[in-house]
Amino acid sequence: MARYDRAITVFSPDGHLFQVEYALEAVRKGNAAVGVRGTDTIVLGVEKKSTVKLQDSRSVRKIVSLDDHIALACAGLKADARVLINRARIECQSHRLTVEDPVTVEYITRYIAGLQQKYTQSGGVRPFGLSTLIVGFDPYTGVPSLYQTDPSGTFSAWKANATGRNSNSMREFLEKNYKETSGQETIKLAIRALLEVVESGGKNIEVAVMTNEGLRQLDEAEIDAIVAEIEAEKAAAEAAKKAPAKET
Amino acid sequence: MECVFGMVGKGFALVVADTSAVNSILVHKSNEDKIMVLDSHKLMGASGEAGDRAQFTEYVQKNVALYQYRNGIPLTTKAAANFMRGELATALRKNPYMVNIVLAGFDKDTGPSLYFIDYIATLHKVDKAAFGYGSYFALSMMDRHYHPNMTVDEAIKLAEQCIEEIRSRLVVAPQNFVIKIVDKDGAREHSWRRTTKD
Repeated sequence: MARYDRAITVFSPDGHLFQVEYALEAVRKGNAAVGVRGTDTIVLGVEKKSTVKLQDSRSVRKIVSLDDHIALACAGLKADARVLINRARIECQSHRLTVEDPVTVEYITRYIAGLQQKYTQSGGVRPFGLSTLIVGFDPYTGVPSLYQTDPSGTFSAWKANATGRNSNSMREFLEKNYKETSGQETIKLAIRALLEVVESGGKNIEVAVMTNEGLRQLDEAEIDAIVAEIEAEKAAAEAAKKAPAKET
Repeated sequence: MECVFGMVGKGFALVVADTSAVNSILVHKSNEDKIMVLDSHKLMGASGEAGDRAQFTEYVQKNVALYQYRNGIPLTTKAAANFMRGELATALRKNPYMVNIVLAGFDKDTGPSLYFIDYIATLHKVDKAAFGYGSYFALSMMDRHYHPNMTVDEAIKLAEQCIEEIRSRLVVAPQNFVIKIVDKDGAREHSWRRTTKD
């Protein structure tokens, strides 16, 4: 057998893992994704590229369920995502089978991050080229959580985060405008963050809302309505800014 | 001494099981639920070795759930039955599961269905099925009184007649029975027939 046991991810002289950093580059080129945690609602939003006319959009779901109470959105290589999502779904059921309890958000995040890390320290494989945003409510306690993983295998919890294309602008916006919200306000905050970098309109965004009852994908009409609300609020704010200037 | 039986009616399927958990001469409990709700529209009544029963039915349930997450739609009853049979067959010549299963399900396009799945991986699609010593009495009663397209009330009455036969003619008859039903509105517990309190 040819020598496929040679590691692809090795240290550089100055301590970098270039393959991992290149994977992060792949993530930076992927579609924008945002997640916002509220007190009773967690919202995931993903940019949809609307250039494909002949494609059946129902077959391209960017926000997926891992279990009844956990959802995932990602930015980066979608084929790699399929593999990770499949393994995570199996782990969710396996956990239920062995300990008769659903997974906590942290558990499944740790599992996915662990998988991503394994592929940075094995022979003949390359890292997964995607970062994930994982949301859900912990069973029994009902505490909402938002976690992010990246190709290096690190993970942490966030109040709000963005990944993919122009994630820095979205994160800046969230840092400036984040506050504890619930219900519709959380949805609006997530969409406002996405609209910073995505063309406005329901057909360019996919939004899903996770509550204690489960995951709900918003349809285009709903998203359009919220976008219209946001634009109206923005216009009103602009007008308010201009009006005092006129008085002086 | 465990009995599980089931039948298909008009737009629904019924599964009845005894609720005793027994170890030689000791009755551990008489409210053991042996009819697992596999998913929203499937019921799986299982009898046999207690450990194998729990292990196998839970394993099937999690795999059915996994299929739904992976593919966005639930398995049909026929597919679930064949999956179960396949698992039993694979294990048969190595480490057999001593579980007998009556699978009842409702599919939107094909309606209610009932499957007889043996511990040696026999699979039959049937209108009425029964396992255990109680099957001698239940099957005879159903052969006499069953007719296609029964209403829920007729089917429940027939189930009660079967339970009566089992109670009066089986030397160590189980004390309590649970009846579960599956129709277009889903799978749910229907009622209990008790002679002893839990």
